[in-house]
Amino acid sequence: MEIIIAALSRYILIILIAVYTFQCFLVFRFHDEHARNGIYIRQNIAMILIHLLSFIVLYLGMGEPDRQKLPLFYIIQQLTTILVILFYRLVYKGANRLIVNNMCMLLTISFIILTRLSYERAIKQVLIAIASLILTSVIPYILMKFQNLRRFYYAFAVLGVLMLLIVLVFSNTVHGSKLNINIGGVTFQPSEFVKLLFVLAIAGLLARKPTQGVRLKDIMISAVIACVHILILVLSKDLGSALIYFVVYITLLFVATGKRFFLYGGLMAGALGGIIGYRLFSHVRVRIEGWQDPMGTIDNAGYQIAQSLFAIGTGGFFGMGLLQGAPEKIPVVWSDFIFAAICEELGVLFGICLILICVSCFVMFMNISMKFRDPFYRLVAVGLSVIYGFQVFLNLGGVTKFVPLTGVTLPLVSYGGNSIMVSLIMFAIIQGMYNAVYQE
Amino acid sequence: MLFIRNKSLSAGRKAENKNIAHITYAFVILFIAMIAYIGYFTYFKAPDFINSSYNSRQELYAKKVVRGKILSKDGEVLAETVTNEDGSETRRYPCRNLFAHAVGYSTKGKTGVELLANFTLLTSDAFILDRIRNDLNGVKNIGDNVITTLDPAMQAAAYNALGSYRGAVIAMDVKTGEILCMVSKPDFDPNNIVQAWDEINADTEQSALLNRVTNGLYPPGSTFKMVTLLEFIRENSDKELEDYSYECNGSYSIDGFTINCYHGVEHGDLNLKSAFSESCNSAFASIGVSLDKKAFQETCETLLFNKKLPVKMSYRESYVPINENSDLGEVMQTAIGQGKTQATPLHIAMITQAIANEGELMKPYLIRRVENWAGDTIKEYKPHSAGRILEPGDALKLKAYLADTVENGTATRLKSDLYSAAGKTGSAEYSKNKAMSHAWFTGFAPVEDPRVAVTVIAEEAGSGGLFAVPMAKAVFDAYFK
Repeated sequence: MEIIIAALSRYILIILIAVYTFQCFLVFRFHDEHARNGIYIRQNIAMILIHLLSFIVLYLGMGEPDRQKLPLFYIIQQLTTILVILFYRLVYKGANRLIVNNMCMLLTISFIILTRLSYERAIKQVLIAIASLILTSVIPYILMKFQNLRRFYYAFAVLGVLMLLIVLVFSNTVHGSKLNINIGGVTFQPSEFVKLLFVLAIAGLLARKPTQGVRLKDIMISAVIACVHILILVLSKDLGSALIYFVVYITLLFVATGKRFFLYGGLMAGALGGIIGYRLFSHVRVRIEGWQDPMGTIDNAGYQIAQSLFAIGTGGFFGMGLLQGAPEKIPVVWSDFIFAAICEELGVLFGICLILICVSCFVMFMNISMKFRDPFYRLVAVGLSVIYGFQVFLNLGGVTKFVPLTGVTLPLVSYGGNSIMVSLIMFAIIQGMYNAVYQE
Repeated sequence: MLFIRNKSLSAGRKAENKNIAHITYAFVILFIAMIAYIGYFTYFKAPDFINSSYNSRQELYAKKVVRGKILSKDGEVLAETVTNEDGSETRRYPCRNLFAHAVGYSTKGKTGVELLANFTLLTSDAFILDRIRNDLNGVKNIGDNVITTLDPAMQAAAYNALGSYRGAVIAMDVKTGEILCMVSKPDFDPNNIVQAWDEINADTEQSALLNRVTNGLYPPGSTFKMVTLLEFIRENSDKELEDYSYECNGSYSIDGFTINCYHGVEHGDLNLKSAFSESCNSAFASIGVSLDKKAFQETCETLLFNKKLPVKMSYRESYVPINENSDLGEVMQTAIGQGKTQATPLHIAMITQAIANEGELMKPYLIRRVENWAGDTIKEYKPHSAGRILEPGDALKLKAYLADTVENGTATRLKSDLYSAAGKTGSAEYSKNKAMSHAWFTGFAPVEDPRVAVTVIAEEAGSGGLFAVPMAKAVFDAYFK
């Protein structure tokens, strides 16, 4: 019986996630939330079944002392996602349910794979997720009550720059970059949070005189703010974040002004910056070499990426099955490389569905941003969407050797308190703005 | 003040939305490209990629799949896994020592085809419903079978011909690069590898585990004169080549360096053809001195000396010391394949194959096809060119010199009624004792339309013409029989 469940589960999990993913895109065929109701319900059922089935497999597969904790842990996890869905359904009636569902689905996948990889980390992740969910549940309310938050763009910019400076000055270098500071034993990664402030600042500035369009003066000020942020990040050698900030800024400028010049000019400037970065920083060159030839550099730069590809390739389309692979062979698999572990054990098909879920999130974000009349909301939504989409792309591309490794996490799925909290705040801000418009 | 102005709010919003939509499309396209890439990697690239010895996930596969068989080109079993009554598995090699290095072993590490096709053997492409049923019943799936390019008759001929000598024999299909036989001695019985492991490894003098075809570095001796001659042909016009003459008195000296002919033989009056076919060291040392060192180095490198070879199996790189700053002694030694020059039999065979194939090097390969256990073809390996490493015209000229060596020179023992052959012998000195030499032969047949190339080295046997040529003949005979 155990064997039958373990063997069948691989295929059933893929079918369930495929059903879920299909619904993600079916949503776009209907414009009325009412008509989408059935879709959302089906998604919730698939989500719960995936969670339950995975835990049954984990329970059957794990040894005696370990597995005793699983039933309770499962109930906590499952209650969390169900409560989130109910909460948004009851309290924020205007919230977009596809985004709520996707948020919970991604958390579910994260919980499952982390429980399999490391029980301790999974507990931490669940606790931080619960705390963040409670915290972020008031964000839509705050956005609705304090409409004039947008005027504090200078404050956001200054606060952001200060936080980045603190990292630059006080933090220790890890893997060639300065990312974290330690406060009372808690590791804090400001560049994750500053991303949000940055979007608020740039959006506020570019949208401050909505009747006059975008003034050249504001463009110049925004350019200075963006340059300062990016420069500090480059000096901290946090080039993955610098790249994200850069792309977000270019996009916002393009959307706000409608001038293609900014898009193409920006992309060219970015390419130039990339070449300079390659010449200037040895750790960039090492990353590029590791990307181009992971097997040739397997003793150092290529090691992680080679291990990741071994995991994905060994798992194949259908995966080895939960607990049947060896994802622990990939360094920091629980964080940046969690996608490789998912592909190895749950299958590349499952992984592709995961990508499509992220894509549907991104498309829905962009879709929402188009609905806003208010240019500030629109720009914030576009900025956050692009942060999300680009970060997903960099992470997945890095793990699969599609693009060089940049060391960014997979939002909502990777282990890490900073990452999950910021991702949840991002989701909540978009929901809040959407809800606010709905309430009007 | 300059304004970048929206004409009217709603029109502006429309335009903005169009821009937002475009950005969305751009991202979606990127994601679709990435998904396509991941699918491509998983389907096409992963099977080769995960076969790396760095991938430590192999045991995971072995738990779920019974390792597949390795078969010769005509279906003879070279390796198979037998499940014992107690459920344990034994890897069996019915031909025992015969394919020891080519097929390799899969316990105590992996070598040969066992290594090359490791993941293929541990992958089951049985019918999907069978696999699901096996999964459900908790029964292991049966791994895919690998059909090699190896020809048992030629392998046996080579194995017997080499006899008790240490050394190596390799035969390749000239047109495709398929490796038809690959023998290295001393050998071992892969059935007993676990029991005999310590004993085999303790005997460092024999180095029985070493595949001398791919990993044995030897002075190439006179077989290297093919390379020297190629460079000489490149640097001189046809007229100059025809007018070439040399009077051999058994040795050649310049600047205090001296090269002797094999066993001090005086070859007398020679033209270029006879200098090559009779393998006159003195003539080739003087030819070497006349060469442009830079161009010589480049020719060696296009023939893949000091370079990586386009093969998947493990091998060692051949070495030629020549460069712009080489002194005359080094040039003379290199011109006759002595001194610091070193090559593997595999590499010499590849050069021979390219000469026979109008200059086009084919990537040598050992695996022809993969089948599932029911016999359905899963994957077919096609021949792949590794590019033209010499001009067709130059290859044609070299062919004539090589044919003359069999016709009139040191390799006349290769003459046969069944086929015409071409080749070059070598008697490579490997120590201070000039009387001792490794016997080399490399060549191909038939001359008119070459189909098979054979390279032989017998360690410490003596002259190539006397010892290596008859061994090669046995392999050619097996091919043309």
